[in-house]
Amino acid sequence: MDNLDRAGRSSAELAAGGAAQAVHRQRARWWTSTRGIERIKIGAVFLVLCALSLLYFLPIYWMISTSLKVDAQIFTNPPTWIPNPIRWSNYYDALNDAISHFPFLQDLRNTLTITVPAVTGTVVSSSIVAYSLARIKWPGRDILFGLILATMMIPQWVTLIPLYIFFVKIGWVGTFLPLTVPSWTGDAFSIFLLRQFFRQQPQEMFDAAGIDGANHFGMFWRIVLPLAKPALAVVTLFSFLNNWTDFINPLIYLSDPSMYTLMLGQYAFFGAHHTYWSELMAADVMILAPLVVLFFFTQRFFIEGVTFTGLRG
Amino acid sequence: MRRRRELLFGLLFASPWIVGFLVFTLYPLSSSLYYSFTSYHITGTPYWIGWSNFQEMFTDDNLFWVSLWNSAVYSLVSVPLDVSVALLLAVMLNMAIPGRRIFRTIFFLPQIVPGVVMAILFVLLFNTQDGIFNDLLSVFGISPIPWLSSPDWAMRSLILMTTWGVGNSMVIFLAGLQDVPAHLYEAARLDGAGSFRLFRYVTVPMVSPVILFNVVLSIIASFQTFVVPFIVTNGGPLNSTMLYPLQVYLNAFQNFRMGYASAEAWFMFLIIFGLTLLTLRLSRGVVHYS
Repeated sequence: MDNLDRAGRSSAELAAGGAAQAVHRQRARWWTSTRGIERIKIGAVFLVLCALSLLYFLPIYWMISTSLKVDAQIFTNPPTWIPNPIRWSNYYDALNDAISHFPFLQDLRNTLTITVPAVTGTVVSSSIVAYSLARIKWPGRDILFGLILATMMIPQWVTLIPLYIFFVKIGWVGTFLPLTVPSWTGDAFSIFLLRQFFRQQPQEMFDAAGIDGANHFGMFWRIVLPLAKPALAVVTLFSFLNNWTDFINPLIYLSDPSMYTLMLGQYAFFGAHHTYWSELMAADVMILAPLVVLFFFTQRFFIEGVTFTGLRG
Repeated sequence: MRRRRELLFGLLFASPWIVGFLVFTLYPLSSSLYYSFTSYHITGTPYWIGWSNFQEMFTDDNLFWVSLWNSAVYSLVSVPLDVSVALLLAVMLNMAIPGRRIFRTIFFLPQIVPGVVMAILFVLLFNTQDGIFNDLLSVFGISPIPWLSSPDWAMRSLILMTTWGVGNSMVIFLAGLQDVPAHLYEAARLDGAGSFRLFRYVTVPMVSPVILFNVVLSIIASFQTFVVPFIVTNGGPLNSTMLYPLQVYLNAFQNFRMGYASAEAWFMFLIIFGLTLLTLRLSRGVVHYS
């Protein structure tokens, strides 16, 4: 490195300047050594991140590893990091073993039976309501929006008990209905997200459509929805995940094991066979794998959706 | 005439939510308020007993106080801890580190793991005799920790499990960090600020609204934690992980005392509401809005 400071002046020129410039030259060197410190800092942070990420990844790694182990290798000391032999049959057993099997396909079917209508309902109803809040000017609109936001603060336990009693009275307990029907009335978070998105859509398009005589139905269907695909994707993704991983509601509304969802079935399997670790882990991997795949395909939406709530909130 | 038409359309499009609100929010809210003043076994009918439920809660129910205490400890420890860890990770990931994407994915991955799966997995990891965590500790010469079998450690294990899931907050902080104008850092550097100073006087104030939002949401969420403690320890051992929602669940769906459980649920609502207001008030002097 030649002795040029950041502005490109040579050290000869600087030395000619005198005391003040000598101080300036000192500052120039201070800058270059700062770069070295920068590099050391980044190196240290990198090491810390490596250590932390090993720690964070360990549980998932252990889950996969255990799912492929022979029982004898699960609890060895020192621990068996890589199963040898690899027992793929654990997965088969988890599904088919006569004594201790996890009714994966049945629970999967049940979960889909609930999730598909519920997510559809959320997306459809939330976009309709969001349209009202974003694109129709009517008195009381903002009060309603405030009310919707306020309901997000209500803890689920306060409404859970009377809802349960209500569903008992109308005979819906023991069916899938309490888990699907309420979604058709819109979800506060989705409404919030979609409203923000709809508001940003260019006003000119609506004005033009209005001149052409389009009514609200037309504008909703032909302008708002097609333009809102990313936001709709985020809403679909989040409501799918919420529904798929819901535990409390299936817990209180479903009593027949043949109707259990994947979450509930996992819990039941764990309760009945908590020593069959390799099969339990295999079942867990089977539940987790589709979620991971989904995540990798929708990573952008996922993280954008999460940050959207965090920042604009 | 136009205004009337817009009003009708507005209400029409909003009607799904309005109906839902009336049936699934307002009705249950008012019912549970009513039930909290009654004695109501699920098989019977409610009859009015005034404040007796609340009286019982505060004076005659030890489990109520235990669970309230546990929830308070859990929230007060895990929320600051998780926010700090998330912020730290975000700051580190915001630097020009090779492989940032991979790190970010690894730290976010636990978010995808459903609570049920995580609970079962950690029972395996926390196994006292043969679990991998104790195996790793023994490498450092630390004797096995009774993660889930000791009343002292069970709560700590619960808090640790929660820390595994900071990916959510981390991602939000990352985005917030990227919004901080670079010239602020440059100006501070020219004034001679080192890393810690930069963090404390530039980063934190600029990110403080995001931190606040996160803290509020985390408090609300942590007070409603149910799934993981329910599955991992079911409130034990010796009620050391009996968090408040578990106790409500017990009273409602195992003892079937709907009135009493409703009273407890309303108390939870009040606490969460109060905590949120308190946090917002306390933050006034601390949060910097640009």
